[in-house]
Amino acid sequence: MVQYLSPSLDRSFAALSDATRRGIIDHLGRADASITILADKFEMTLTGMKKHVAVLEQAGLITTEKVGRVRTCRLGQGGLAAEAEWIEAHRKLFEARFDALDHVIARMKQEKENGSADH
Amino acid sequence: MDQQTTSHPVTQNRTDIERKSDRELVVRRVFDAPPGTVFKAWSQPDLFKRWWMPRSATGVSLVGCDMDVRTGGKYRLEFGAGGADTMAFYGKYLDVVPDERIVWTNDEAEEGAVTTVTFEEQGGKTLLTFHELYPSSEALEEAMTGSAAGLPEQLDQLDELLSATA
Repeated sequence: MVQYLSPSLDRSFAALSDATRRGIIDHLGRADASITILADKFEMTLTGMKKHVAVLEQAGLITTEKVGRVRTCRLGQGGLAAEAEWIEAHRKLFEARFDALDHVIARMKQEKENGSADH
Repeated sequence: MDQQTTSHPVTQNRTDIERKSDRELVVRRVFDAPPGTVFKAWSQPDLFKRWWMPRSATGVSLVGCDMDVRTGGKYRLEFGAGGADTMAFYGKYLDVVPDERIVWTNDEAEEGAVTTVTFEEQGGKTLLTFHELYPSSEALEEAMTGSAAGLPEQLDQLDELLSATA
């Protein structure tokens, strides 16, 4: 699964190819969370969430720390976290951008159908 | 082993983003209109201005938009939050084929990417592919760890600055 032979960048982007893992990064960007909280939020089993967390941790995108029985996850420090934020910021920008483009296109189609629009 | 979620990985009208290689970033989306319409929305400044920098999401809007969308033509985009300060993005169009593709440089950065957007007809709809190619893997990493990573913060700061001085 994790490509050990690739540079760190490849690992981090492979880790971010999954929608749930992007969601985890997004969530941890706002607040640290335990695996139990993350499993709950993303409606999956603890085992399933542990696997996602392991992929993100191996990619250096997050760090985890076990205190007592609770393992807390937080965003990793440094360059790899910056990459995660960078691609997430890009994704959000393009989503907003293309949603707006959708509206413009719908309006163009409407105006075309109406022939000469009032506006 | 990680496909435990029941959601569909890629659905139509969703924005798909992928780092294709150590020098490339690719964004894809399907639009419910033929390529001619999508190309028009991308190449006419009055239409382009309405979606490129959605204010609701970014807090800023395009205040200047000069685009001469033809091979060899230039563009200059300026955005801000309404005050005197703006940020400028500029470059030139390397290749323009109406209804098919637009290729441009991003000259505001020292090692800026070359961006290619293609419009492919798919059963009456358009598959739009936005592709950024950086001159080197170092340039992409620079963009990530440098200015691009800070873009949302820069925008926030710009917005704060402008609202404070307004």
